[in-house]
Amino acid sequence: MSVVNVTKENFNEIKNSDKTVLLDFYADWCGPCRMVSPIVDEIAEENPQYLVGKINVDEQPELAQAFGVSSIPMLAVLKDGKMVNQSVGARPKPQILAMLED
Amino acid sequence: MQHIYDTLIIGGGPAGYSAALYATRAGLGTCVLERMAAGGQMALTDIIDNYPGFDEGVDGFTLGMKMQQGAERFGAKTEYAEVLSVDFAEKIKKITTTSGDYFAKTVIIASGANPRELGIDGEAALVGRGVHYCAHCDGRFYKDKTVMVVGGGNSAVSDALYLSRIAKKVYLVHRRDTLRATKIYHEPLMKADNVELLWNSAVDAFITDDRVKGAKIKNVNTGEITDIACDGIFISIGRVPVTEFLSGAVNININGYIIADETTKTNINGVFAVGDIRTKALRQVVTAAADGAVAAHFAEEYISQTE
Repeated sequence: MSVVNVTKENFNEIKNSDKTVLLDFYADWCGPCRMVSPIVDEIAEENPQYLVGKINVDEQPELAQAFGVSSIPMLAVLKDGKMVNQSVGARPKPQILAMLED
Repeated sequence: MQHIYDTLIIGGGPAGYSAALYATRAGLGTCVLERMAAGGQMALTDIIDNYPGFDEGVDGFTLGMKMQQGAERFGAKTEYAEVLSVDFAEKIKKITTTSGDYFAKTVIIASGANPRELGIDGEAALVGRGVHYCAHCDGRFYKDKTVMVVGGGNSAVSDALYLSRIAKKVYLVHRRDTLRATKIYHEPLMKADNVELLWNSAVDAFITDDRVKGAKIKNVNTGEITDIACDGIFISIGRVPVTEFLSGAVNININGYIIADETTKTNINGVFAVGDIRTKALRQVVTAAADGAVAAHFAEEYISQTE
């Protein structure tokens, strides 16, 4: 599945998905975000069992604030609408997959 | 039978991809093992103004991508895998990664360095909650807030200057009474009226609730402790070389750097160390790139002499 661009308009729908959700909080100007971005794309394409979304913190300050984001990239895993796992900084793919499988 | 590369390069920063470029152009079968993405520490840098050829500077991520593409144009491969251990005991060297084993006649170690941590209680748990190691990544979350930078070298001062343009107030905490940073940084720092220097000072503890609220600052001469309130703390006290995966397979000095001179040769024949991981006087993108070229040259020489 392709990555969903998450905004405050579609956030509730994504949060309440039956699938485990991976959110990537990023900004265009952030080097490590650009490192992790293609990895997140790959995870989305290879794992249809997950719903993967990206949140641009410059365009979606309310969502960034709601998640207390002060470091990017921040990856958050949501299950049944609740955040169950998070990490900051660029991570290799196996680590991100492990966060989802926990 | 496993494929045997002429050269395997550990790490995809400027040293690694320069080595890959020179090695493939010399006709060596070359593969870069990179844990995440090209660029290394460079990718965390906003603008690089001291790599020749870019008259308006270049952002570190873009330069990393260009170096990767430049090497891949001549046939270098990249495998995204984290190196777990190495075995240099045999003539054909073995590298064990998260995606299996790789074999090569020569190995070029370009694993670079990570930010050094302060080593204070609670530090790891506060990463992402007010403790930061990358001002250019996270500085923008502190618009009109108060931040602290810890360190006195070039990157600390450059971080303080960058943050002074975003934050309301910047404290620069340094354990000496003079800066190690080169002169070019001093004047703009003195001119930035929202930067306050705390000399002879070190962070003794973090003040927190669920995130950083400030720090207890200790005067290293008098032992006096002062509470300073701030919203974020940016730690810029140097780097730690990444050598854990080597487990002593090559000689390392007391600071953790691989011992190799300008030839980049380590104590193991056919194993080279390039970039920030090597004992050297100046750790810069341009010196890392230079190391890569030198290592590829001697890797080629080693292969031709041993076959």
